[in-house]
Amino acid sequence: MSDLLRLATAGSVDDGKSTLVGRLLYDTKSVLADTLDAVHRASADRGLATPDLSLLVDGLRSEREQGITIDVAYRYFATPKRSFVLADTPGHVQYTRNTVTGASTAQLGVLLVDARKGVIEQTRRHAAVLALLGVPRLVLAVNKIDLVDYDEVTFSRIAKEFTAHATALGYTEDAVVEIPVSALAGDNVVEKSANTPWYSGPTLLEHLENVPVEPDPHDAPFRFPVQYVIRPRTAEHLDYRGYAGLVAAGTVKPGDEIVVLPSGRRSTVTKIDTMDGELTEAAAGQSVTLLLADDIDISRGDLIASAGNAPTVTDDFEATLCWLAEKPLKAGARVLVKHGTRTVQAMVTELRDRFDEQNLSSVDSPPSLELNEIGRVSLRLAEEVPLDDYSFSRRTGSFLVIDVSDGSTLAAGLVGAPLPLLEDGVESCTGGSAAAPDNHALVSPGP
Amino acid sequence: MTLALDTLGRLESEAIHIFREVAGEFDRPVILFSGGKDSTLLLHLAIKAFYPAPVPFPLLHVDTGHNFDEVIEFRDRVVAQHGLRLEVAKVQDWIDDGRLEERPDGTRNPLQTVPLLDSITQHKFDAVFGGGRRDEERARAKERIFSLRTAFGQWDPKRQRPELWNLYNGRHRAGEHVRVFPLSNWTELDVWNYIEREGIELPDIYYSHQRDVFLRDGMWLAEGPWGTAREGETLQRKTVRYRTVGDGSCTGAVESDAADIHAVIAEVAASRLTERGATRADDRLSEAAMEDRKREGYF
Repeated sequence: MSDLLRLATAGSVDDGKSTLVGRLLYDTKSVLADTLDAVHRASADRGLATPDLSLLVDGLRSEREQGITIDVAYRYFATPKRSFVLADTPGHVQYTRNTVTGASTAQLGVLLVDARKGVIEQTRRHAAVLALLGVPRLVLAVNKIDLVDYDEVTFSRIAKEFTAHATALGYTEDAVVEIPVSALAGDNVVEKSANTPWYSGPTLLEHLENVPVEPDPHDAPFRFPVQYVIRPRTAEHLDYRGYAGLVAAGTVKPGDEIVVLPSGRRSTVTKIDTMDGELTEAAAGQSVTLLLADDIDISRGDLIASAGNAPTVTDDFEATLCWLAEKPLKAGARVLVKHGTRTVQAMVTELRDRFDEQNLSSVDSPPSLELNEIGRVSLRLAEEVPLDDYSFSRRTGSFLVIDVSDGSTLAAGLVGAPLPLLEDGVESCTGGSAAAPDNHALVSPGP
Repeated sequence: MTLALDTLGRLESEAIHIFREVAGEFDRPVILFSGGKDSTLLLHLAIKAFYPAPVPFPLLHVDTGHNFDEVIEFRDRVVAQHGLRLEVAKVQDWIDDGRLEERPDGTRNPLQTVPLLDSITQHKFDAVFGGGRRDEERARAKERIFSLRTAFGQWDPKRQRPELWNLYNGRHRAGEHVRVFPLSNWTELDVWNYIEREGIELPDIYYSHQRDVFLRDGMWLAEGPWGTAREGETLQRKTVRYRTVGDGSCTGAVESDAADIHAVIAEVAASRLTERGATRADDRLSEAAMEDRKREGYF
C-alpha cells in the first residue's frame, strides 16, 4: 500500500528548476518513450548535444517560445514506496499567486538555489510564503553544485544561511533539509553522487520517499462542512436523509455528539454511510455521508462540528490575504467570501498592514493591496460563519475572496494567520509573533 | 487501526468531493460518457458520491459514428443498468444538415467539438464533467480541476483561476460553463489499479482479442465504417487490445496478450509509451496539438 506525498517546488528558470523536475521524472522512469523521443528531437533541432530535460515540463507553446513557465503545472511520479503529486510553481512571474496556489495543498516545499549565488531575495520570499501557508517541511536543493567544483564549504555556508532563515520563520531544524545537487548532471537527485563524498545525507528522491508525511489532523476536533443533502426518496430509502461531505479535521464515530453551525442545534451521529458499507469511524480526508438522530434543518453551507469543541461563530474577523488580482484591494471593497461550502457577502473594512516578505517586516495601514502582495485585513460578513484559525486547521481556516461582478478569485484568505515577522535587529524570532509551521504538523493539506 | 488513506483512497475521496461540490453549486451539470475506461470510472465515482440516491446528472455522448460496436453496446447497457438518462449528439446529424463537413482524411475526432458545444448550449449545461487527467499530456498539466470556458467553449489560459486548498470557484457568467475534471490527479496506472480494486467492468476491447488490422503511421488500425486498408497497406489478423477507445478512424490498437486486468496492469506498469502517444493520431499532429484543440473547446 503506497501513500501519497504532495509537494510544491519553487525557484526560477535560472536556477534550473525545470531541469530538476525533468530529472526527477526522467530518473524515476516516469517519462515514457514517445515523450522522450519528442524531447530528443526538439533538443537536436536546437543544436543541443544532450537532451534538454526542461523540455519535459515546459508545457504551453507560449511558454516554450519565451523559455519561461507562467503557471502552476502538476507532475506525477511514483516509486514502489510512494506516489507523488508535484505542483511545479514558476519563480519569476506572478510568484505569489503561483507559490500560494502550489503551497496551499503541499505537505513539503522544495526550494531551489543556484550554488554560485546562494540564498537570494527570492529564496527568502518563497520560504516566507511557504511558512505562511503552513507547509510543514522544506527542502533546499543547492543546484549547480558542479559549477562550484562540488565545494563542501560553499554548500555548508548556503545550508547554514538557509536553516537560520527557516528557523526564523518558525520551522524546527529537523523540518528543514539541504541537499547538494546537479539537476543537469544528475548528482544526488535520484542517484547518490561520487562527486560529493563529504555529503552523507539522502538524495532528493530518497528524502521525498522517506520524509514523514504529516498525518491528517486526526487528533484535532471534528469538522465536517456539509456539501450536499442526500435524499433518495425511493421506496427502499423512504426516510433516508444523509449529509454528504469530506471530513476536514478530526474523526467521527456513531454515537458522537455534534453541533450544527451556525444554527447551534445539537444532535448525535447515528450512522456513517458509504457505498462500500457503514463505517465504524471516519477520519480527516475521507468523503462520507453522516446520518443524525434528530430531524433538524441542515443544508449545504452548514458545518457539523464536535459538540465539545466547536469553532467560533462570527461575522467580524481578521485575516491574512494573498492578493492575486490585477485590480488592487482598497478598504471598503465589497466581495464574496467562500469558506468551506458556504459563500457569503463581505466587506473589507480595514487594511491593517502589508507584509514585506523580504525583510520579514510589515508596513502599517497601506493605501491598497496590489497584485501579489500579502497583508492583514479586517472583514465583516453579511452572516455569521464558523471559523477556525488557519494555524489550527488549514481546511476550515482558509477561504477564497471572490469578485462580486465577474466571479474571479481575487485572493487566498487565511483566518488569523499572523505574518512571520522578525523583530528589529533580532536574528531569530523564537519569542516573536511568527507563525510556527511546526504547529501545522497538526493540520493537513487538501485531499 | 490506521485511518490513513492510501493513494487510491485519497484519489477516490477527492473525486467524490468534486462531484458533490458541483451538485451543490451548479444548476445543470452533465457527465460526458463514451463508454471508455475514463468515463466509466467517472460514472462509477459519481454513483458512489450520491449513494443511495441516483446520480443527479444526465450523461452526454458525442457519437462520431465511428465508434466501436462493442463500446456502444457497453454504453447502452451501463445506462440501462443504472437507470440513467443519456443524451447522444450524433456527428452524422451535423454533417447531414450541413452544420459540419466531412474532412478529407475521413477522421471525425476533430468534428466532435461543434456538436459538443451545440449540445451544451441547447441543454444549458453549466458544468460538464470530463475524464481528462493531467498526466496525459503536457498541455493538460496546467489544466484546472474547474476549468472555465467562454460562451464559445474556449479555454483561455489567462482567465483560469488559481485553485487553492480544496476550495473550488465555479462562478461563471450566463452562457459560460465550467469543465470539471475529477480525475485530474490520477495517473493511467492509478486508473487501472482502481478498476481492478473496485471490479469495474469495461468494454471487452480493452483486453486482448483477435482483430483484422492494418498498419498506418505506425499504428494498428481496424477496418470499419471509417474505411479500410489503402493500397500498400495489408489487412492482417493480430492479437491486440485498445488502450483508449476514441474514434475508430484514428485510434490504434496495440499488440498485446494482456487478456485480463492483472495482465493489463503489468503491461501498463512496464509500458514505455503514453496512452495518447501510442494510439491517438490526433495528438501527433503537432507538438502543440492538444493546446490548440483545447482552446477551440475540445477537452
